[in-house]
Amino acid sequence: MTDTVLEVRNLRKEFRGVVALDDISFELRRHEVVGLIGENGAGKSTLLKVLSGIYKPDGGEILREGKKVTFRTAAESAAAGIGMVHQEQSLVTSISVAENIFLGVEGAGVAAGVYRWGTLRKLAQDQLDKIGSPISPKTRVEHLTFAERQMVELAKALSVEERADSEPVIVLDEPTSVLEGDELEVLFDQIDRLRKFASIVFVSHRLDEVLRVSDRVYVFKDGQCVAVRDRSEVDVDELHRLMVGRESTAEFYHEAKQTAVIGEPVLMEVSNLGKTKAFEDVNFTLRAGEVVGITGVLGSGREELSRVLFGAEGFDQGSITLGGKTVGLRSPVEAVRAGIGYIPAERRIEGIAQGLSVQENIFLADPSTVSAGPFLKPRAAAAAADEWIRKLKIKTPNRGTNISNLSGGNQQKAVLAKWLTSPKLKVLILDHPTRGLDVGAKEDVYGFIRELCARGIGVILLADTLEETIALSHTILVMRDGRVQQTFDAHPGNKPRPVDLVEGMV
Amino acid sequence: MSQSGPQVADSPATGTPSRASSPTPPDPTAPSGFARVRGLIGGGGPAVALVVLIAFFSIATPNFFSVSNASSLLSQLSILLVISIGLTFVILLGSLDLSVEGVMASSSLVFVLLAANDRNDLSLGFVALIAGVLTGSLFGLLNGVLHVYLKVPSFMVTLGTGAIGVGLATVLFGGRAPRLMDDGLRGLGFGNVGIFPKLALIAILVLIVALLVQKFTRVGRYGYAIGGDEPVVRLSGVNVERYKVLSFVLAGTGSGIAGVMAAMQLGVGDVSIGAGFQFTAITAVVLGGTALVGGIGGVGKTLVGAAIITVLANGLILLGVNPYVQISVQGLVIVVAVVATGWSLRKRVRAIK
Repeated sequence: MTDTVLEVRNLRKEFRGVVALDDISFELRRHEVVGLIGENGAGKSTLLKVLSGIYKPDGGEILREGKKVTFRTAAESAAAGIGMVHQEQSLVTSISVAENIFLGVEGAGVAAGVYRWGTLRKLAQDQLDKIGSPISPKTRVEHLTFAERQMVELAKALSVEERADSEPVIVLDEPTSVLEGDELEVLFDQIDRLRKFASIVFVSHRLDEVLRVSDRVYVFKDGQCVAVRDRSEVDVDELHRLMVGRESTAEFYHEAKQTAVIGEPVLMEVSNLGKTKAFEDVNFTLRAGEVVGITGVLGSGREELSRVLFGAEGFDQGSITLGGKTVGLRSPVEAVRAGIGYIPAERRIEGIAQGLSVQENIFLADPSTVSAGPFLKPRAAAAAADEWIRKLKIKTPNRGTNISNLSGGNQQKAVLAKWLTSPKLKVLILDHPTRGLDVGAKEDVYGFIRELCARGIGVILLADTLEETIALSHTILVMRDGRVQQTFDAHPGNKPRPVDLVEGMV
Repeated sequence: MSQSGPQVADSPATGTPSRASSPTPPDPTAPSGFARVRGLIGGGGPAVALVVLIAFFSIATPNFFSVSNASSLLSQLSILLVISIGLTFVILLGSLDLSVEGVMASSSLVFVLLAANDRNDLSLGFVALIAGVLTGSLFGLLNGVLHVYLKVPSFMVTLGTGAIGVGLATVLFGGRAPRLMDDGLRGLGFGNVGIFPKLALIAILVLIVALLVQKFTRVGRYGYAIGGDEPVVRLSGVNVERYKVLSFVLAGTGSGIAGVMAAMQLGVGDVSIGAGFQFTAITAVVLGGTALVGGIGGVGKTLVGAAIITVLANGLILLGVNPYVQISVQGLVIVVAVVATGWSLRKRVRAIK
C-alpha cells in the first residue's frame, strides 16, 4: 500500500498543434480530496478524459497505486477503479437506473446472457445505498430530476469499487453546476462519506466550493499546472489570482475601446416579458452600441430568455419592440428578418453547417449582399468571403475549405462573420461566444465585440465567466429563478465586482 | 459562470412527466396485472385507438364482430406481426430495414425449393424450413455488417440488399412459382386449430420469444440504450457494433420467418410474396409507439400497431371502401402516427443547447 493512489507524471496532450496539456504532474493521496481549478480551456477536462481512457496522452505516464498503467478505453479506466462523474451527464435516459449503473458491466446481473432483474436491481440498490439515495433502481432515468441524475452518476461511479482490487478514485467533473442549495449540501455530505473509503478529485470553477471540500488545490492555467496549495495556506482571492494569472484584466477585454452609450437610440425594448416555467417580468432596453450582459446559474432562466429573444421559443407574456415596432418573434426566420442574429453556445450543433465551406457558412444567414434576386453572384460572394476571412483573421487554407476542418476559434469567427454580413443586423445575441476557445481566440472575439458596438449594433451577451460579463457589458442583468434580481450599470470606470453579481445569483 | 451543464433531452413520448418533482420512492407493491400489460403495450393513444376502431367497425358493419371474421383477422395479422416485431429491434436503434420484401421473397423460395416441390426432387423437410428462416437471418447479418462497419446509412444498405433479395428470388423463381408439395410442412402454417389459425399460433410464439429477448438479453436491453444515447453506451465499454448487427439479424430473421409463413399459407414460393408488407410493417411499428429516433418503444407496442393496421384494412373492406383508397388511408395513418409519436420529441430533435 503506497500512500499515493493516483499519480500523473509529465503528461502531455495536443490537439492539431494546440497544446491542451503541457507537462502536467499531479498526485492524489489516499483518502484525500483534491480540488482542480482553472478557467475554461485550462486543461482540466482534457486531463480527466485522459484519466478516464477517452483520450490517449501524447507523452508522460499515469501511475495507479504506484504501478504504471495505460488506459485505452473507458472500460479499462473503470477496471482500474477510477469512477467518473462527467460534466455532461452520461446516463441513458431511455433505460432504468439499474441498467445505467451497470451499463456494459452487468456482472452477476446477467448470467448466461439472461438478465437477472432481481439481482441487477439488488446490486444497483447496494450502490444507491452507499450514498443513501432513495431513488428506486427500477425508475427510468428520464423521470428523474437533474439532481437525482447526479446522484445516480455518483452511484455509478462508485460501482468501480467492486470491480477493482484497490480503493476507488472518484472524479467529479463540475458536479455542482446543476445543483442548488440543499442538493449541494447533499453532495458535500456524500463527499465527506466517500473520503472514508475513496480518494476524490473535485473539479469546479466555484472556488469557494473547492476550498470547502478539498485538502489540496491544483491550479491549472493554459494547459499547465501553475500552483499547488494546501487548503490552510490559501484563500479564494489568491486562488482566483492564480487561476486568472493577471493583475489587470482591462487590456485583455479591450476595455479601453468600450464606449459610453448614454443617449444613443434605443434598439430593443423588452417589457414584462414572461414564459411559463422559465422566466417572468423581464424588462430591459438595449441601445445602439450597447452590450447587455445576462448572468445567472443554470435554471435561472437566462438560457430560455436568450432563445425567446431569437424566436427559437415562444413567450406568453409581455412584449418586445424593435426600433419602435412591436415584434412577435415567433420563429428564428422572423427574428432574422427583424434584424436579430444569434450565435449559439453549441457551435457544432446550431452554429455552423458542417460539411459546407467557409464561404457558404458566411453567407448562410443572409446572402442578400452577394445576390441578385434569388441568384448568388459567385464572384461577388468569393470576394466578400475573402475580405471577411482577412478582416477577422480566420485561419483557413481558402474560402472553399470545409468548415469542419477549422479549429474551434476559427469556426467561431466564421459564425460571427455569418451575422456581420447581414446589413439588416441590429441586435446580436451571443450565447457563450468564447466557450472552448483558447486565450488568443478569446481576445480576438472580445475585440470583435467592441467593433460591433462601434458600428452601432446592440449585443446581448451570455458570457462564460463573470469577469467576461463585467468587462464586456454596459449593463448587467442578474437572473435567479426566472426573475431579474438586480441590474448593474457597468459603464467604463463604473464596473461592479464579481462578488457583487454572485450575491444576486445564489 | 460557465454552464455547460447537462441538458438532457426532454421526455420522450411516454406521456409521463419528464422530471419528477421529488425523488421517486421505491415502490414496495408489485404492479398489478393490468399495470403490467399497460407497461408492455404502452397504454395510451394506440391502445385507445384500437378499441375505438374495433367498436366503430362492430357498429358500422354487420360482419365485423363475428367468430369467423375474428379468425380471419388473426390470420391477416400474423405475418404482418412477425415482420413488425423484427423491425422493432432495428427501429429501436434509430435505424430502418427496408429489405423486408426482398428477404421474404428469397426465404419463401429457398424454403419451397428445398422442401418437396414440383420443381426439383429435393425433400429436406424441416431442414428446408430452417434454411428458409436462416436466409432471412443471413440477410439481416449482411444488413448489419454493411451498415455498422462500412457506416452506410441503414435505409440505403437495406434498400440495396432488398433489391439483391428480389434478384436472388427471381433467379430461384425461374418463370413459374414452385409449389410446396410437402403437406406436413404446409400443414404447420395452413389451416386452423379450432378457431385459431395456425399462422396466428406461430406469430404468438414469435411474439413471446421476442418479448423475452427484449426483456432479458443484452441485445434487447442495449437496443434501448443505443437508440437512446449511443455515445454514452460506447463510452461505457459496450461493443455497440455487435449489438447493432445482432438487432439487424433479429429483423432479418423476422422477415425470414414471415417469408416461410407466407409460403405455407399460399402453398408456393413467390418473388412478390412480401409485396406491400414493407410499408405496412413500418407503419405498424411506428403506430404502436416505437419512435423512429430510437430508444423508445418495444415489441409489445408493435402488437397494438399491427392490430390497428389489420383491423383498419379488414374493416374498410367490410365497409366496401375502394381498395385503392385504402392504401391512401394507410399513408395518412402513418403520417399522423409519426407526428403523434414525434410530437413530444420536437425539442430533442431540435438539439436544444
